[in-house]
Amino acid sequence: MSIDAKTVAKIAHLARIKVPEAEHQQLTGELGKILDWIAQLNEVDTSKVEPLANCNDEFLRWREDKVTDGGKVDDILANAPAKTAGFFTVPKVIE
Amino acid sequence: MATVTGRTCEWEMVIGLEVHAQITSNAKLFSGASAEFGAAPNAQVSLIDAAFPGMLPVINGKCVEQAVRTGLGLKAQINLISVFDRKNYFYADLPAGYQISQYKQPIVGTGEILLDLADGETRTIGITRLHLEQDAGKSMHDQSPNETYVDLNRAGVALMEIVSEPDMRSGEEAGAYLKKLRAIMRYLGTCDGNMEEGSMRCDVNLSMRRMGETTLGTRCEIKNVNSIRFVQQAIEYESRRQVEVLEGGGKVAQETRLWDTSKGETRSMRSKEEAHDYRYFPDPDLLPLRLDAKWVDDIKKTLPELPDDKKARFIKEYGLKPYDASVLVAEKASADFFEKVAKGRDGKLAANWVTGEFFGALNKLGLGIENSPISADALGGLVDLISDSTISGRIAKDVFEEMLASSKPAAQIVEEKGLRKVTDTGAIEKAIDQILAANADKVAEYKSGKDKLFGFFVGQVMKATGGKANPAMLNDLLKKKLAD
Amino acid sequence: MSKLTDLSITEALAGLAAKKFSAVELAAAHITAVEKTRPLKALVTETPEIARKQAKESDARRAQGSAGALDGIPFAIKDLFCTKGVRTTASSKILENFVPTYESTVTQKLFDAGIVMLGKACNDEFGFGTANVNTPYGPVISPWSGTDPGAANRKLVPGGSSGGSAAIVAARAAMAATGTDTGGSSRQPASFTGIVGMKPTYGRCSRWGIIAFASSLDQAGLLTRSVADMALTLREMSGFDPKDSTSADKPVPDFTQAIGQSAKGLRIGIPKEYRVAGMNADIDGTWRKGEAMLKAAGAEIVEISLPHTKYALPVYYIIAPAEASSNLARYDGVRYGLRVPGESLSDMYANTRAAGFTKEARRRILVGTYVLSAGYYDAYYLKAQKVRRLIRNDFDEALKKCDALLAPIAPSTAFAIGEKQDDPVQMYLEDIYTVSLNLAGLPGIAVPVGLGSDGLPIGLQLIGRAFDESTLFRAASALEKEASFTHKPPFTA
Repeated sequence: MSIDAKTVAKIAHLARIKVPEAEHQQLTGELGKILDWIAQLNEVDTSKVEPLANCNDEFLRWREDKVTDGGKVDDILANAPAKTAGFFTVPKVIE
Repeated sequence: MATVTGRTCEWEMVIGLEVHAQITSNAKLFSGASAEFGAAPNAQVSLIDAAFPGMLPVINGKCVEQAVRTGLGLKAQINLISVFDRKNYFYADLPAGYQISQYKQPIVGTGEILLDLADGETRTIGITRLHLEQDAGKSMHDQSPNETYVDLNRAGVALMEIVSEPDMRSGEEAGAYLKKLRAIMRYLGTCDGNMEEGSMRCDVNLSMRRMGETTLGTRCEIKNVNSIRFVQQAIEYESRRQVEVLEGGGKVAQETRLWDTSKGETRSMRSKEEAHDYRYFPDPDLLPLRLDAKWVDDIKKTLPELPDDKKARFIKEYGLKPYDASVLVAEKASADFFEKVAKGRDGKLAANWVTGEFFGALNKLGLGIENSPISADALGGLVDLISDSTISGRIAKDVFEEMLASSKPAAQIVEEKGLRKVTDTGAIEKAIDQILAANADKVAEYKSGKDKLFGFFVGQVMKATGGKANPAMLNDLLKKKLAD
Repeated sequence: MSKLTDLSITEALAGLAAKKFSAVELAAAHITAVEKTRPLKALVTETPEIARKQAKESDARRAQGSAGALDGIPFAIKDLFCTKGVRTTASSKILENFVPTYESTVTQKLFDAGIVMLGKACNDEFGFGTANVNTPYGPVISPWSGTDPGAANRKLVPGGSSGGSAAIVAARAAMAATGTDTGGSSRQPASFTGIVGMKPTYGRCSRWGIIAFASSLDQAGLLTRSVADMALTLREMSGFDPKDSTSADKPVPDFTQAIGQSAKGLRIGIPKEYRVAGMNADIDGTWRKGEAMLKAAGAEIVEISLPHTKYALPVYYIIAPAEASSNLARYDGVRYGLRVPGESLSDMYANTRAAGFTKEARRRILVGTYVLSAGYYDAYYLKAQKVRRLIRNDFDEALKKCDALLAPIAPSTAFAIGEKQDDPVQMYLEDIYTVSLNLAGLPGIAVPVGLGSDGLPIGLQLIGRAFDESTLFRAASALEKEASFTHKPPFTA
């Protein structure tokens, strides 16, 4: 169940990580190896098993509907690589 | 049902609507920042909303309750266990790179909505599901030539995504659906339904098929439609576009399109719409949401009377026509106002006045019922004066105008202006005599067969009495006099 | 009196109380020690000024009689904990200049207890690793060398991902250090460096403010030099946090009460599947020794089975990368951290993340993205979650027959920096004994037991029932006493 370079390119785009051409092949090989290795799970019969998503068996706790946060623009923008007039700024997006 | 007439046959529209409704609450869905509209940029943002490292979501119970209320208002199944999933994609207004939503196990299941159509017809549309999810922030592309500005105030506000079955068959039905959904949410206080401000947004899913076919065609999703009118225009345009494609032998491409208001057309989104792979998986920062059955039941018991039930009751209790009842129940405030006016009075008369003069005046003045210059009691007072024949309907309109201007009660205005209906037969007779004397030639014509002139005399007598003559009395007396 | 830097927390607190030395003196000794251990690259950021200030305040509190439980004790904080006003990098380039405006719940609790912060400890970026080599700020070097020929020229790994935390504590330049543990990251480095490491029950400590790797597996961890120190510190760090929806609303017992309690009557389980064919002889030997030690202390030894053991690693290496791929999506250069320009927004993301992440981070994110992607979710992620339940069931069953399990921690002693780096799967196999615990959410404590034939430390782990850390401390305390491990690394401050 190996993976091909085209799929790796697609996944890299989904994950928004640029992979230089020179590294494509090695990366494909490494990922293939990892995926083959984890495929051994197919040996296990899980037909009657419920998935376990979180070790905490309880249910979600609810918060009160009170405004207890926000109003701290400076903190929010403190680490921004680029900002103007209270906004974060990024390269223009064309829709 | 509207159809599109193609070159070879009639085509049927198959329409489903996805509505995103902002939940009315103080704070956001998973953070304690304010959910209010209109603050300075990034002033209502928590570190959680901005997805700082190490931040974690905690759910706002009020938002859960609002979703349940809405589900109950849609007569839908409430799922006592539901799960939050992450919907993963990258965009500037999505700080975490994922939206917390619900995928396989939403909080609300199937339900229904009743549409009020023209001519009093109704139709039931299925609701597929309702789920909770976070709203995204706002990206502004027009503030600067090279940059997009990002404001995260809206990021994390609670949304209900309400998905309908593809049961609608026309723009009219789509409009009726949105109106009813909006009314239900406003009645429940779960969403203010303001499409212009964006607290209620609609995506239209539309496909076409030949009349008589039962399979579904390929559908397109139209986004960015922010009014009921635009929804209907977009449906009109898109249905024709698809028919043209199909009749030309082509295939409709399954894609997302934008509604361009200025051009009045839909267009493909410029960014090549790659099929999104959202990689949904249960959010590991959250546990499953569990609702207590009794708690849900208690909410059900305390729901206000909803538009459909209220309309039925108005028809039954007040003898109103379905159309008038519909108009009154469109907003809970209107319905409540009407009932106050109608209490102990003639329901039909009250309805006439509320939907006619009263709504007309509010419209003209650009006011809502909340700041109506005339209270329900005051209007009721006016209705009383009509009912007991103190004034005529015509005079009542003048009194109403005066009430608007002066805020004085109706009875006071009638007294001050001496507008009481003249019921003194003597005065009416005197007026009749005067008119008949001044129009001897017409009297002669009438007596020789021109019956229509009766109306002329009525009008003239009314005018002479300043509109105050009691019509019934006038009629009787006039008839008698002319018979002489 | 031993050097101030050789004291345990318990001894230091006694010394402070008896006015043998002040917190300021204690801090000064450790600040000097930190400087001496710089060749190990254990710390990403040193905070001597903060330490001095905190030490002064500590002495003042003590003078007024309001000293906290850990008042004046010098700690290092793993750089995955957000510390307010102090650079927090996750040992990654992508956060190289990030200064949080907020404090993590766990570090806030520790500061409330009076600790003094020496600096932020290096780790494998975002927790991705078992050797602390996956970081532009490292690699961290172990203070141990071993006795094999040529050892003097080999630099060894301290383990990972909490390698910096382990190295600084083992080198005696900090009395304790916080770690995190997602797949063994606080236990394996403890074994490699001959100190005590712990992962509490999932939900015992708050995750708020800890830079997330895999949310359903992450827990705050700790590295100390004695079990008693561990019990005291864990007590201070633990507790329900309403800001963390996965935090357990359970009372925190006073773990220190369990220290020194007799091990008589404790049933210790030995998981038979952990005894793999071809197992490293030193590891196996130490395990048997540990078993004998506990027996000598009065415990009953029981053989138990964990049938799905061999699947724990693939399960972990599906779930952890999947959750990580989503948790790391926020590192996009928009609101904080590194930003590398691009022609478009998408380009900026891709450039930033390519430049900011190490190759290991990139591998894990891509694996994680893949196993969640359309068409593969059921076969990988969903399947892994089902097998996860089977693994937890195994432990639940086993822990009915015994009070704690005794197991190895790592398949070998510390290896050299550069070894195993070519093959990611080789590195992943290092986690073989530790990941099950994270999958099952159970607590585990690593205790140093002996040295291997190569002169390098070997620890053993005790695994307990959920929220039963007290029993673990009881067993660990007994094992520690029997083992009497007093070896120190050749390189100390």
